[in-house]
Parts: sequence; C-alpha cells; structure tokens
Amino acid sequence: MTENIQLNSKGKLKHFLSIEGLNKTLLTEILDIAESFIGMNDQQIKKVPLLRGKTIVNLFFENSTRTRTTFELAAKRLSADVLSMSIATSSTSKGESLLDTIRNLEAMFVDMFVVRHGISGAAHFIAQHTSPHISVINAGDGQHAHPTQAMLDMFTIRQFKQDFSNLRVAIIGDILHSRVARSQIQALNILGAAEVRVLAPKTLLPSHVESLGVNVSHDLTSGLKDIDVIIMLRLQKERMTSALLPSESEYFKCFGLTEAKLKIAKPDAIVMHPGPINRGVEIDSKVADGPQSVILKQVSNGIAIRMAIMAMAMQKQGVIE
Amino acid sequence: MLDINDLLNKLEAELKRVIVERGLVDPLMIGVRTGGVWVAEQLHQRLGIKDELGLLDISFYRDDFSQIGVNPNVKPSHLPQDIKGRDIILIDDVFYTGRTIRAALNEIFDYGRPNQVVLAVLIERDGKQIPLCPDCVGTRMSLNAGQRIKLTGPSPLSIHLQTLDAVA
Repeated sequence: MTENIQLNSKGKLKHFLSIEGLNKTLLTEILDIAESFIGMNDQQIKKVPLLRGKTIVNLFFENSTRTRTTFELAAKRLSADVLSMSIATSSTSKGESLLDTIRNLEAMFVDMFVVRHGISGAAHFIAQHTSPHISVINAGDGQHAHPTQAMLDMFTIRQFKQDFSNLRVAIIGDILHSRVARSQIQALNILGAAEVRVLAPKTLLPSHVESLGVNVSHDLTSGLKDIDVIIMLRLQKERMTSALLPSESEYFKCFGLTEAKLKIAKPDAIVMHPGPINRGVEIDSKVADGPQSVILKQVSNGIAIRMAIMAMAMQKQGVIE
Repeated sequence: MLDINDLLNKLEAELKRVIVERGLVDPLMIGVRTGGVWVAEQLHQRLGIKDELGLLDISFYRDDFSQIGVNPNVKPSHLPQDIKGRDIILIDDVFYTGRTIRAALNEIFDYGRPNQVVLAVLIERDGKQIPLCPDCVGTRMSLNAGQRIKLTGPSPLSIHLQTLDAVA
C-alpha cells in the first residue's frame, strides 16, 4: 500500500491518513504551524479566516467525544463550515454504503472529510475514491492509525522536552489493539527519539513488535528506568472477556501506573494518556491528576494540531497539477 | 541611496507630529513581522513607549491562502497587553499593495476593539491595490517594474533597492 496518496505532486500534504510515509521535515512543519495556532488563544475572537467558505464534514462511524469535538472546534476556528455526522455502521455491504454516503456528501460541495471508522484503511479507501479536490483526514481507522492523536502527542512532548534526540519514551498497555500506539511509534522514530520502549504483557503485543523500531519489556518496574516520557494507553474492557488478561485488578497490579512506579522514571518525566482514562485500571487517579500529568494539555493541544493539519491539507486545492 | 537613519529620523518626527495631532494617549506599538518589527523596535525606543512592543504575524490572515498556502515559517503573534480601548501605532517596513495592512487590521480587531490605530511605515511605494494609506511615512517613492525594497536586520538594520531579473 503506497502512502504517497497523502502528498500532492509538490510534496505538500493533501490527505492526512497515516504517519507512515511522511518525513521529518513535514512532521516538524505541522508542529511549527500548530505552535502559532496556540498563540491564537490570546485572541478575544478565537478565529482566523483561512478556511472561510470551505465545508468540512466529520464522518464518525465510531463513537468519539474528544476527537470529534476538537476536530469540530479546530474547523470552526479556521472559519470553515463544519458538519458532524455520527453514522452507525450497517452490518452488510459496508463498502458500498460507505461510498454512497461519500457520493451524496460530495454532491453537497464538501471540501474535506474527517473520517473515523472501525475498519482499518477506511480513510485511505475514501481518499482513493473521492473527487480530486477533496482532502481526507484520518481521525482513527480500526487498529491501523490515529495520526492526528500521535501528532498532538508529539506536540505536547516537544512543549515539555524540546528536543526529541535525547528522549526515552515508554508506551505502556494494549499495544496490540492500539492505533494510537502504532502512529506514535512511527512519529517518534521519524522525529528521532533516542528510544521507544513498549511495556506490556505478551498477550497485548503484536508479534514481531520489535520490527516497528521499539525495545520491548514485560516488566514495568525495570522498564520505566531512565524514561522521560510515559504514554499510558487505555485498556479496552472488552479485552478482558477475550481472555487476553486475567482481571482488571491483576492488570493494574502489574501494568497500572502508580505514584510509586512513576518514581522509577526520571524525576521530570511527564505522563500522557490519549483518553478516555480508566482510573484504577491502567492509571492511578493520583498520577492522572498529579503534577507530572499533562493529559489535559494534550486535549488543548489537539485543537491547534488539528487546525494545522486541516489548513495544510486544504492549501492549493483548486490548482490542477 | 536609501539611508536607514534618515528614514527613521523622518518617521520619528512624523509620528511625534501625528501623536499630538490625533491625540494619542499612552499608545501601544505593534510591529508586523518581520521587517516591521525591526523598524518598530527602533521607534519603540526612540519614542519611549512604556508598554512592551507587540508582534504581529499576519500569515493566518493573508488573502492569498488559496494560492500560496500556509507560510511554514509562521511565528505566533504576541500582543502582551489588552488592546481594547487603546491607541495603537501599527508599524510596517514597506507599504505596497495595502493587503498586509488589511490583514493586520483584521487580526488586531480579533484581539479586541482599539480606540484608534495610526499606521506608520518606513517607505510607501506605488502599487496600491486597496483603499488604505499610511498616516506617517519615512519617504514615498515610485519604483520601476522589477524593482523592490528589501530590509535586512535587525542589527545592523539596513535597506536596499533590488532589481529583480525580469524572468517569466
């Protein structure tokens, strides 16, 4: 699968579907532009006219609060007209009905789709089949990618740690089912983090996980040593029923982040979580609400990063190349 | 040919006159990135403006986004004071088409409603495209097609007249 569909003939962002296939320069440009959008928070009128007259449709085939809301706010702050649709997936002929939905919306002169879908590759599929002037942003597809979440995490890391080259980052939890983790690992490696370490029970790691460019540990105590950034992942409750784990309390005992375990990492380590958090399952409330937690900062940064990505993907759209 | 100090002296004198004429009280100064900020730094000092200099990056307010896209070198705007009800001196290096100033005014008004805005530029050149004009200028000049004014800085601050090769 080629990811070049994401770039136009001049190497500029056209669709944002996956971190894979993007280079360090482009990722850094996204972070830099987002930085300037943060400055907008001082404005009485928090709006810039960049996407005036453009129409953006949020197509959410899966539930989401944070992602959908921040995409919606980001679009509004860019002065676009935005429509958010929550669509329950029908069990039959998904491909066909998906394209029909797209065709109908296209007929309403839409300029961009922001897509969340339970099936991996859905956003890519839409990007391939939509009219050439339309941009597609992936807001999470199956277990494949959640690239805007990864970029807002990179932005938050840079805010607190500046340079990636000295950083040791631990990603803890359900790596196997996490589209967020996959995108984060790619972004951290492209931006040149010194080490990406995944900490998880064997049942929650993909096979050959090392090939993603990570070190692996199954022990939180030793695995947190020298870590600058801790990224916790949500433990999806349905994993319990599929017998991947003995029990929630057992998981918390081994892989839950407590104040005591946090002390093993570097004293200035930051704690991140893409949300929603399960208090007492993967993270202790004292850590989630503690001084090293930057979880709410991540949410605020989500608006700026999504503004940057949407603005970049919409540039030069009218030009035939 | 263009002496930066002569232009700054002239602009300073013009500004002092307009400050009295327009009755500016405790004005706030804002420079437009990048050249405008360099000029503003000089005038901010010369006029003894009390409040910290405001920095405006108009990249997100440009009217040519659909042609040229987002400027990857955009920097955050920084207006340290509440501008609501304040008298503002807006500074840029060159006034040409007027589009930059339109964008700057739009951005300023998104921060709050100032009492009044005075526009001061080092050079006003011909080529205006919208009905705006500066209140104070260091000098006015007409340029030939293919000529442009380039400010380099911040220290030393200097100004050059460049002739671009007429390549299509």
